[in-house]
Amino acid sequence: MTMTTSLGPYAAFILAAYAAAAVIVACLIAWVLLDRRHLLRQIAQIEAQGVTRRSERAREERP
Amino acid sequence: MTLINLANPSRVLRLSTLSLPWLTAATFLAFAVAGVQAWLAPDDYQQGATVKIMFIHVPAAWLGVFCWVLMSVAALGTLVWRHPVADVAAKAAAPIGAAFTLMCLVTGALWGRPMWGAYWVWDARLTSVLVLFLMYLAVIALWRTIEDPTRAARAVAVFTLVGALNIPIIKFSVDWWNTLHQGASVLRLGGSSIHQSILVPLLAMVVAFTLLFLTLHLAAMRNEILRRRLRTMLMMQAAAT
Repeated sequence: MTMTTSLGPYAAFILAAYAAAAVIVACLIAWVLLDRRHLLRQIAQIEAQGVTRRSERAREERP
Repeated sequence: MTLINLANPSRVLRLSTLSLPWLTAATFLAFAVAGVQAWLAPDDYQQGATVKIMFIHVPAAWLGVFCWVLMSVAALGTLVWRHPVADVAAKAAAPIGAAFTLMCLVTGALWGRPMWGAYWVWDARLTSVLVLFLMYLAVIALWRTIEDPTRAARAVAVFTLVGALNIPIIKFSVDWWNTLHQGASVLRLGGSSIHQSILVPLLAMVVAFTLLFLTLHLAAMRNEILRRRLRTMLMMQAAAT
């Protein structure tokens, strides 16, 4: 028995609902991961230009 | 660790770095268990196999509502205690809440068509959830419209608390009005009306989706803290030149 026949006459609706949920979750995961990568890259760029936060400087100056 | 210690974004960053791998693993494990249970669950005697849509529709609806409640608690943190992490938590939650509410609406439409003969009806439950989705979009737009994050947080907090009035409307819409949407069947006086063979997989999916939400929210909070650090650094750079 194939998956669609075991899901009955409304298999297309069931599969479409699960596919939609999977796409939405995939978009959320991609958003979180890509956003983090973008932010870390930008922070690294600005740090390379010699800009550091006060708390970072204080930690570096601490004996 | 007291709650006030968590007001330090650096501490939240460290906490998220430690806990995210564990939360991610727990989410995968929970989905594996819940997925098998949902797949093996019997068909409903009236709805047939379409009852499987419930295993994603109900958790998505629960998270859409839960996320607004979480944002409302964070709004109190912003307005009453000026808790910096409350702003971060609220901003990080909004897109995730919007996504789960959208998932609820889409899966509900795909469930409604074979069962009711319509993808959409303007009944109180469906309309109030659509309003919730539009409110999430408004919150996201508000965060983007006001440049200063502290001012944006206060405006969003007021909007969130006013919008929280929609939460009881969503919950009790099926009791207060005649709706095509079914009444409460999980959380109700007298216990759940769902048979154990379907209730257990449903609750397992709710746990799995909630873990997914917590993982995504913590990761999004970490990103928001980094975004604020970047903003500070850009301002320092601008001031130095």
